[in-house]
Amino acid sequence: MLYRDVCIVGAGPAGLAAAIEAGKAGASVLLVDLNMRPGGQLFKQIHKFFGSSAHHSGTRGCTIGRQLLKEALDSGVEIWLQSTVIGFFPGNKIGIERGADHTEKQIVTVTAKKVIIATGATENAIRFEGWTAPGVMGAGAAQTMINVNHVRPGNKVVMLGSGNVGLIVSYQLMQAGCEVAALVEAAPKIGGYAVHAAKIRRAGVPILLRHTIVAAVKDPDGCVCGCNIAAVDDHFRPVPGTEETIDCDTITIAAGLKPTMDLVKLAGCALTFNPAFGGYVPLHSRRMETSRAGFFVAGDTTGVEEANTALEEGRIAGISAAEDLGLLSSREAGLMRGEIWTRLDSLRFGPFGLRRKTEKERILQAFESEIGTPQALS
Amino acid sequence: MSLIESGYLEWEELMRLQSLPDADRYRKGPVAVIECVQEIPCNPCETACPRNAIRVGSPITSLPKLDADLCVGCGVCVARCPGMAIFIVDQSTSASTARVSFPFEYEPLPKVGEIRQALNRKGEPVCSGKIVNVVNPPLYDRTPVVTVEIPAEFANEVRAVGKEAAYA
Amino acid sequence: MDHRISEHVVLDCTPVGKEVEIIVDGQRIKAYEGEPILSALLAAGHRISRYTVKNKEPRGLYCGIGQCTDCAMTVDGQPNVRTCVTPVRDGMIIKTQHGLGKEV
Repeated sequence: MLYRDVCIVGAGPAGLAAAIEAGKAGASVLLVDLNMRPGGQLFKQIHKFFGSSAHHSGTRGCTIGRQLLKEALDSGVEIWLQSTVIGFFPGNKIGIERGADHTEKQIVTVTAKKVIIATGATENAIRFEGWTAPGVMGAGAAQTMINVNHVRPGNKVVMLGSGNVGLIVSYQLMQAGCEVAALVEAAPKIGGYAVHAAKIRRAGVPILLRHTIVAAVKDPDGCVCGCNIAAVDDHFRPVPGTEETIDCDTITIAAGLKPTMDLVKLAGCALTFNPAFGGYVPLHSRRMETSRAGFFVAGDTTGVEEANTALEEGRIAGISAAEDLGLLSSREAGLMRGEIWTRLDSLRFGPFGLRRKTEKERILQAFESEIGTPQALS
Repeated sequence: MSLIESGYLEWEELMRLQSLPDADRYRKGPVAVIECVQEIPCNPCETACPRNAIRVGSPITSLPKLDADLCVGCGVCVARCPGMAIFIVDQSTSASTARVSFPFEYEPLPKVGEIRQALNRKGEPVCSGKIVNVVNPPLYDRTPVVTVEIPAEFANEVRAVGKEAAYA
Repeated sequence: MDHRISEHVVLDCTPVGKEVEIIVDGQRIKAYEGEPILSALLAAGHRISRYTVKNKEPRGLYCGIGQCTDCAMTVDGQPNVRTCVTPVRDGMIIKTQHGLGKEV
């Protein structure tokens, strides 16, 4: 049996930031991630981030990822890759499956005094005829292929969805040498930041609002060789007679994300449904603790936002875990959290951020009224 | 149509939402044109400017405001703006031509002297342009800034060039 | 046709691992040690990872981060290997998976 002060699940921005804070405070930290590399989705964010100078603004996501990783390793954090948490057992025992799929896997049990769940989010799917065909993929999947693995998933792409992911990945597909034939969006307005839309418009990508994909056209092997689109009415139903076929070999879906909740549910944390944050999310306190004592959450798992908010929440979770371990005084921890909440408020501000601030407050208040004090699982 | 319906700014919309340099200022030398019109939490342009000509202030969702008299059109903000929404327009070199600088992150990078199609905000070719400068110092963190020379009448329209060299 | 990115303004696309060969359905293809198996397959234009159990429909890259299992293949005799999160080793034998991959 292995013993650690803190076990963190997910080595993205939230998990890394939590690890850094807990590690700096002197905790023994184990960071577990199922992927081949740490960093979560940060390394595929090769664009420069918005934000203030306190939030690495103007710095590329991949650069921030490298800095975080170095900081985590410098804080003495131990990282297990290709490792999947498969169970929480009484006595804060954590079952971890280690090893790649083609190897003999090992089940290791680790006892951790505190657990931080930072498992991120999962891309939503949109179902249309042929959506399971090879060549239809998540926009994030295409982004991973081009920016992390340096391989084009196809040559000619139709993007579905005009949120920031759809806009940014369209741009990055062109940087990787792909052609983006069109961006299709059912809503009457562009969902993401206009500056991201302007970048791809300048590059000649048509943005087809009030349109949707009705089918993927398949070649004899069953792979994508085209995309049928149609205009939609005010109820998002395809308008008969408006169908046209776009020649393409790849269809990427950017239809938003939802928090990855498997482990939160497994841990028995109380949930709430919040559409603004992408679906079910764990109730949590301003210390990022869930209804289950000693179990913390951070990042997109608590509601889909972006890397900077994930990072700040991760710091709070790490600080709170360290505080509960007696490694930071309540005063120190409280001051640190206060500063971070101020920075979070600056990120959840303005026409694009205010709703997230309101919804976050709603979740925090629901925690106060429904949970109050986290309970140990009996 | 507005920006969030089309994805590009019409000149009138830009004039309404941002304060732009006046005609006198354009004739004096290169100057930044800030095409950032949404209140997003972002201020690297403010810290990038070596002459403190760009002000965002607090809250950081405020639109950046340019002091055109302080701006010398150096182009640092062009590379640093995460939204790629700042351009340098220079109408001082000759009466018949103008120069527009913009961020360009595609391969193949243009070469000085090369002719490329000059594109407007919708990506439509409006004229051909001669590449007169390509800069990409470490400070720009891999966002090269390209300057294209075009007929003066297109100074407010051209904001990019095509991805391949053209032959005029 | 090679789908690898060679030139990129932002990224350095120089391969990290050493060049090796893997065998995909009997064909030798170039790969780099340590990259996900799926990357080498896509680079070589190989888009189908498996066929589904009931309807025998093709599947390929979908999530790219080990969550959806659409890219599962049989690797060195082991079925259901998620090729997007499994690194290449020299000489790996990869097979398009049919159903649950029980038949060898």
